[in-house]
Amino acid sequence: IHFVLLISRQGKVRLTKWYSPYSQKERTKVIRELSGLILTRGPKLCNFVEWSGLKVVYKRYASLYFCMCINQDDNELEVLEIIHHFVEILDRYFGSVCELDLIFNFHKAYYILDELLIAGELQESSKKTVARLIAAQDSLVEAAKEQASSISNMIAQATK
Amino acid sequence: MALSGMRGLSVFISDIRNCQNKEQERLRVDKELGNIRTRFKNEKGLTPYEKKKYVWKMLYIYMLGYDVDFGHMEAVSLISAPKYPEKQVGYIVTSSLLNENHDFLRLAINTVRNDIIGRNETFQCLALTLVGNIGGREFAESLAPDVQKLLISSSCRPLVRKKAALCLLRLYRKNPDVVNVDGWSDRMAQLLDERDLGVLTSSMSLLVALVANNHEAYWSCLPKCVKALERLARNQDIPQEYTYYGIPSPWLQVKTMRALQYFPTIEDPNTRRSLFEVLQRILMGTDVVKNVNKNNASHAVLFEALALVMHLDAEKEMMSQCVALLGKFIAVREPNIRYLGLENMTRMLMVTDVQDIIKRHQAQIITSLKDPDISIRRRALDLLYGMCDVSNAKDIVEELLQYLSTADFAMREELSLKAAILAEKFAPDLSWYVDVILQLIDKAGDFVSDDIWFRVVQFVTNNEDLQPYAAVKAREYLDKPAIHETMVKVSAYILGEYSHLLARRPGCSPKEIFSIIHEKLPTVSTSTIPILLSTYAKILMHTQPSDPELQNQIWAIFRKYESCIDAEIQQRAVEYFALSSKGAALMDIMAEMPKFPERQSALIKKAEDTEADTAEQSALKLRAQQQTSNALVVTDQRPANGTPPVSELRLVKVPSMSNVDHSSADHGVTQENGTLTVVDPQPPEPSADLLSDLLGPLAIEGPPGSAVQSERNLVPGTEGVPNAEDALAIAPVGEQTNTVQPIGNIAERFQALGLKDSGVLYEDPYIQIGIKAEWRAHQGRLVLFLGNKNTSPLVSVQAVILPPSHLKMELSLVPDTIPPRAQVQCPLEVINLRPSRDVAVLDFSYQFGTHVNVKLRLPAVLNKFLQPVSVSAEEFFPQWRSLSGPPLKLQEVVRGVRPMSLAEMANLFNSFRLIVCPGLDPNANNLVASTTFYSESTRAMLCLIRIETDPADRTQLRMTVASGEPTLTFELKEFIKEQLVSIPTVSRGPAPPPPPPPPPTSAPAALSDPGAMLAGLLH
Repeated sequence: IHFVLLISRQGKVRLTKWYSPYSQKERTKVIRELSGLILTRGPKLCNFVEWSGLKVVYKRYASLYFCMCINQDDNELEVLEIIHHFVEILDRYFGSVCELDLIFNFHKAYYILDELLIAGELQESSKKTVARLIAAQDSLVEAAKEQASSISNMIAQATK
Repeated sequence: MALSGMRGLSVFISDIRNCQNKEQERLRVDKELGNIRTRFKNEKGLTPYEKKKYVWKMLYIYMLGYDVDFGHMEAVSLISAPKYPEKQVGYIVTSSLLNENHDFLRLAINTVRNDIIGRNETFQCLALTLVGNIGGREFAESLAPDVQKLLISSSCRPLVRKKAALCLLRLYRKNPDVVNVDGWSDRMAQLLDERDLGVLTSSMSLLVALVANNHEAYWSCLPKCVKALERLARNQDIPQEYTYYGIPSPWLQVKTMRALQYFPTIEDPNTRRSLFEVLQRILMGTDVVKNVNKNNASHAVLFEALALVMHLDAEKEMMSQCVALLGKFIAVREPNIRYLGLENMTRMLMVTDVQDIIKRHQAQIITSLKDPDISIRRRALDLLYGMCDVSNAKDIVEELLQYLSTADFAMREELSLKAAILAEKFAPDLSWYVDVILQLIDKAGDFVSDDIWFRVVQFVTNNEDLQPYAAVKAREYLDKPAIHETMVKVSAYILGEYSHLLARRPGCSPKEIFSIIHEKLPTVSTSTIPILLSTYAKILMHTQPSDPELQNQIWAIFRKYESCIDAEIQQRAVEYFALSSKGAALMDIMAEMPKFPERQSALIKKAEDTEADTAEQSALKLRAQQQTSNALVVTDQRPANGTPPVSELRLVKVPSMSNVDHSSADHGVTQENGTLTVVDPQPPEPSADLLSDLLGPLAIEGPPGSAVQSERNLVPGTEGVPNAEDALAIAPVGEQTNTVQPIGNIAERFQALGLKDSGVLYEDPYIQIGIKAEWRAHQGRLVLFLGNKNTSPLVSVQAVILPPSHLKMELSLVPDTIPPRAQVQCPLEVINLRPSRDVAVLDFSYQFGTHVNVKLRLPAVLNKFLQPVSVSAEEFFPQWRSLSGPPLKLQEVVRGVRPMSLAEMANLFNSFRLIVCPGLDPNANNLVASTTFYSESTRAMLCLIRIETDPADRTQLRMTVASGEPTLTFELKEFIKEQLVSIPTVSRGPAPPPPPPPPPTSAPAALSDPGAMLAGLLH
């Protein structure tokens, strides 16, 4: 997978992840081209779009388009189900995910994606495992926060 | 759900969402960026929390599409934070903001490395993820060993190891040297025994990348892949969490089968059997179900299984099963499956014996060409293109043409290119080909690249039978009310060349042709006007007897464009005007274009080029290289093991002489005729690219054949008997039985060999005849090199020499059969009996599918028996005086001489071993030369030549030739005359024929019409 894009129906970008090196300029261009290409496609067409020697596998969930770009001879359906797999994990994490969740917690989406894909390849196909790892990360952050606040409490108290 | 826990960030996002328009949003973003910038400036006051918040904001702004050109340092610096929350943000934002080439990343390498080798598991994970996502070459070099260690470490937990596997995969992609094959292959095999399916999935991806580059080292992994696949397919011991809609990790199944496709075959019968059992189960056991995701997942596995079956060359039965399945798929409603069915059917074309079954689905495929989904239409087009052959070309191409009028713009260019290629490759007759291309231009002129119309011009020029037909067609199209500019170009070009063939038809008089073309002139762009001007000039030339009215009309046009701002147009106008006022000269310069050398279609090359290459070599491509393909992909591969055996024949260089000749000819014209400018050998700017295709082979030095060969025959491992049709895709099918097109111009090759002693005499797709000669006095020794270019033998080879009476020639035995790719040398002894310009002919024939017979002139010509000799004034004048008058001394005024300066003429003489003796003649406009001629009857005989030129008119001169023998004097005089009137060009040959005719400066060459000359010499 060369990159992952989440675009809203209005063409707003909700998440981008680039596994192949694209410069800032190229990234903007790719997003512009693909929004034009994918958002205009009708509902009953196939989930694959050929684009500049590559292929984009996309799927629409409510107002969001999830797009993944692959090589011409990669297995399209496999990638289509990676998308679905990602969506299911998001869904489980946020509890029936909606676009708003991904807007305000876009960083969570990045964490989850990093547990799912590395180097553009699937690293984990078990939803349970991903969920467990994300939960562990969250608790680490929480613990750090508590620790910080308890320390600052202590300092605060000590300096009272 | 306020998981973010960062109020500032949430507020900012809400603000952005509340913006009414883009302008407001930009203002808000700018304000925020300003804020972040100031905060970052006095970093000291920032708490880790604030830093995190700002870095996230930056990423958010970046995602919205704004340039964020600062703060990267802050993001990178968070990586080295001691606490997890900051570190995590640093890693993730860095890997999203930067790409692998960013300078700041280098700063982080050490920190990243410390995290990888450190003992904090969570830090390891973060670091591996970053490197896996954006690590570049430098990371590869410094981190690969550490990552490898983590991957095989027994103390690491799966969550670290699976990341390490993919991280290593990335590093390997960046620099394959980081994985030491010898040490790693065993480890890789061990990794495949992994029980944790997360680690196994990642490891399998790594394996795919490794075997794609080098399967040899990883044979030991093959049985393990098959085992893993069996385990999955039978759902043995697969944890529930790894089944996806009831299917045991479809991704791992796909990956495993992908890895297997990189091994050329499976030798172990047991492994092969168990694999086929699994594949059979997948092929047969995959049903269509209601649930979309289950369906997709199971079909992802199924399509990969199909690809693997194709790769393994399964038994015919299984192949037919596959085709049957695909046939079912291309007819279903579900668009994804239909798309993939078409795509995989195209891949299936690689497998030899299924094409006929695929052809049965032609009607269904054509329906898909009209699908509402462009993705599906594209696949259908590709498949039709791939499955097209002689039997269905007419149907398919006509279908494509019909579709062209309604096709969307995005596809038209590809469509017309493909239609043009198919029409060319599989034309049952050439007039059909011309029809197709003209229709293409008519229907989709904007999408017809110049290559396409250049190609049709090439065909028409090279096939005399086709010329009247093409002219009629071109004339018909001109009657249409609004025609595309490309059509104007083609029609004008063809009618300029061949409209005289139609002269008796109604509406085809020169005048009428002229006026219908001229009607279009106001509508065309500057790039077309030069073509029209050439056409006018040609029409004028063909109008015999000349028509003063037409002439005045055309002259008026030329005069009008004499002051055109476009240099090309202006030049043509000036030149054509000047030339056409000269009368006779026009005839020579405007003569019909000679044939183009046969060459691979530029269109096919173009089609290949558009197939974008991808970084990792795909299994499909590898496969295409491993096997002979019947698909239409014409490859340009050279044999892997160096040059093909016949190559030595091609090493021969054209003498540099021809170059000198070329430039000097240009100068001559300049001096001679002030109105003509020296034409830059490069075609003018706007058309340079466009012309390069047509001009290419003529302009390059060296035997044209090497550029032209049908590469196909050189591809190693082609089937035993190369199919005559393949090699001659451009020739009409009907004629293939009795004609083989020579590669390159035979007459040109002969001319070239007149000046040098080695080179190619003849070449066609099957054979190359090279020649090497040595001359001593009246004797010569030629060696013929007969090179078989094929992978199968040439039989019934016969070579007979038809010597003229003055030459005694003896050819050694020529073998009846030339083995595949072999070269046979046949020496030929020559003795010159007496002076004569007659030429020996080699009657050569062979059998290769068809009987081929060619008659070739041998370069045992008069000047080969000359030896240069330089004489002094003391030797020259007595001799000159003693040979007084005819028949020993002959004088003639020669007219129609190719204009050249004295220096060039001297060069020309020297090249024929007539040595110019400077200073002998006091008149600077004269030239004196001497040489010795050898033959049995004359022995060595001194010959003296004097040329007197007229500086006022370089087209005429007076020539005096003297020798001790009347025949010699006469023959030598005639020989020199031939050289002065026609040019023995080599690389230039007859004027290069671009669609717009060549600049007049190089045109006199056209006089030497190769056909006429050959006829004259063969009498």
